[in-house]
Amino acid sequence: MRVTEEQVLERIARVRAARPRLREDRITLAHGAGGKATHTLIEAVFLDAFRNPELERLEDGATLATPAGRLAFTTDSFVVSPLFFPGGDIGDLAVNGTVNDLAMCGARPLSLSAGFILEEGFPVADLRRIVASMAAAAQAAGVQIVTGDTKVVQRGKADGCYVTTAGVGLLDRPVTLSAAGARPGDVVLVSGPIGDHGITVMLARGELDIAADLESDTAPLHELAATLLDAAGGGVRLLRDATRGGVATICNEVATTSGVAVVLEEKAIPVRPVVNGAAELLGIDPLYVACEGRFVAVVAPEVADVALAALRGHPLGADAARIGVVGDDPPGLVLLRTGFGGTRIVDLLVGDPLPRIC
Amino acid sequence: MKYVDEYRDADTARALSTAITALCEPGRRYSFMEICGGHTHTIYKHGLEDHLPEQITLVHGPGCPVCVIPMGRVDDAIALARNPDVILTSFGDMLRIPGGNGSFLDAKAEGADIRMVYSPLDSLKVARQNPDKRVVFFAIGFETSTPSTAMTILRARAEGLTNFSVFCNHVRVCPAITAILESDDLRLDGFVGPGHVSTVIGCEPYEYVPRDYGKPIVTSGFEPLDILDSIRRLLVQLAEGRCEVENEYARVVPWEGNPKALAVIDQVMEVRDTFEWRGLGWIPESAMKLRDEFAAFDAERTFTVPGLRIADPPACQCGEVLRGLIKPWECGVFGTACTPETPIGTCMVSSEGACAAYYNFGRFSRSRVREATQA
Repeated sequence: MRVTEEQVLERIARVRAARPRLREDRITLAHGAGGKATHTLIEAVFLDAFRNPELERLEDGATLATPAGRLAFTTDSFVVSPLFFPGGDIGDLAVNGTVNDLAMCGARPLSLSAGFILEEGFPVADLRRIVASMAAAAQAAGVQIVTGDTKVVQRGKADGCYVTTAGVGLLDRPVTLSAAGARPGDVVLVSGPIGDHGITVMLARGELDIAADLESDTAPLHELAATLLDAAGGGVRLLRDATRGGVATICNEVATTSGVAVVLEEKAIPVRPVVNGAAELLGIDPLYVACEGRFVAVVAPEVADVALAALRGHPLGADAARIGVVGDDPPGLVLLRTGFGGTRIVDLLVGDPLPRIC
Repeated sequence: MKYVDEYRDADTARALSTAITALCEPGRRYSFMEICGGHTHTIYKHGLEDHLPEQITLVHGPGCPVCVIPMGRVDDAIALARNPDVILTSFGDMLRIPGGNGSFLDAKAEGADIRMVYSPLDSLKVARQNPDKRVVFFAIGFETSTPSTAMTILRARAEGLTNFSVFCNHVRVCPAITAILESDDLRLDGFVGPGHVSTVIGCEPYEYVPRDYGKPIVTSGFEPLDILDSIRRLLVQLAEGRCEVENEYARVVPWEGNPKALAVIDQVMEVRDTFEWRGLGWIPESAMKLRDEFAAFDAERTFTVPGLRIADPPACQCGEVLRGLIKPWECGVFGTACTPETPIGTCMVSSEGACAAYYNFGRFSRSRVREATQA
């Protein structure tokens, strides 16, 4: 039976209209060239996972309807190595990282963008896995990924996959949180055990031949932050998630910016024994090790008990603790009352003992 | 943490502190030198001086392996690393040590292939993975780490690796102690003796210190209670008129050391006639070199090493700090021109360096803080 040209054209139109399938196992430079391969990658991988009306329009940018008020806006890039580690991967890290930065401003996260820099040869299966965990993290955090971008660089010019997310959130409560807001007498809280993420990633690299039963703490903190703000309201001076540089770095930022002393009590700082052990072996102080699901809160003394109880009432804050106080002297310094009964400075680190953990 | 927490207990520390205060003769001032940089680090990290009466001054000694590397050796290693065939491996501590013209990190940023390793054996892995490159391990350390370098060389020979060599900077602790004892302007009442070094060499090599120089020495562990107890033992010796070598770290340090480790060092290395120390100058028989039998693994013989001699920057008083003549903060550039970000001297770089320890952990007025934190 002869096929007419019309029938063939119709078939072609049908195939072109169907959802494209990504046939390659690895990313090629063509996937970043902006042509058909790019479209296929976007449709078959990103749209498929993040599907929402705003993203599906595939415009150059998303347009968002927002209620009147203030917006919080942030961005963060992720270059963690390895890409997959116990408890998470670069995908949920990238979503939670930006969600948390918004939450630390006191904002309710609304929408995210996602930019990918992929290395030629990167396995598509790994990309799908990363994108799937981004979708799951976004859903868990109640945000949508509404716009994005993909670039591909030659083999050897990147390390597999880098992700950049940006996000906007709505400031719908009358709080002003700032590292400059700490006052003498305030209380320093931490929302859970510190250092899990940094040590997990370090061990996952396998360079140290240390095995430990430990997972990253990566988690969205907007609910926990909202719980705290609901309970302690205007008594919350500042929130900071303890990512790179850990609790020590945040306390230094507070001390410098607010012109106060921060005095930490070593014994009160929650650290899992396995984190302590690994940090001891590596010669690293857990105070400087990154978390991806913990924050430090500085609160007014009169709300400290209420704030701590509120944190502990939420599953992500069950092990929250009061770790120190704000004083007036010496201004700009963080001091640690050691478990041994002495006092020392906790300064900013020079150099990076744990590179590429987020 | 088991085997650690029990040596950091604040109640025991307070009891030891009371005992130490009771042992001090009223009106007498005591100076004890802790030789190891590891001890210096512990003292500052745990705030140990808060448990000592004002009569006792701790003087920080030369036992930080990174701090005593002269600038010329850093420059020599960078010259090796600039060779496009070479991968230089080094411990992380060394990377930021300034040479005459920048540090390993600077050279790395300019294109030299310099990699951080956690163990000398990791360098062998690098050598196996890069058969077309020549891998040079920048070996540093006191007798603590010398055996592992020696073992690595033996392993390389057993594996028939021909692209691996060692730039050997291993130093010996006793000649440094002697140099301290011989300096005229220092008054010490005793030594908190090396811990990890002693796991290898034992306690016997220190016997000349009380015998010839009349100073007691107590080999000490690295936990803060170890150091407090060692200070207490020194005071007991002084009070009883004894002067001897004592082993506080007996749980790890056998009196006779580790014969196997000593044998491995002796098989692979021999004592150099002399070696330059940062701030201390040339000290006879103070370092190790590879024996002729292992010349093929000796970067100083398989490469042309410039053998640079660079004078320490005139403003830098690391030498006085390393000899315990001045406290870190008494150096003219401490904390201003010389900081951990922009170190002039080696003591400001390593976490075991006295200046870095003081800058990072101790840079505050204790009396002011006591008031502030007890308020």
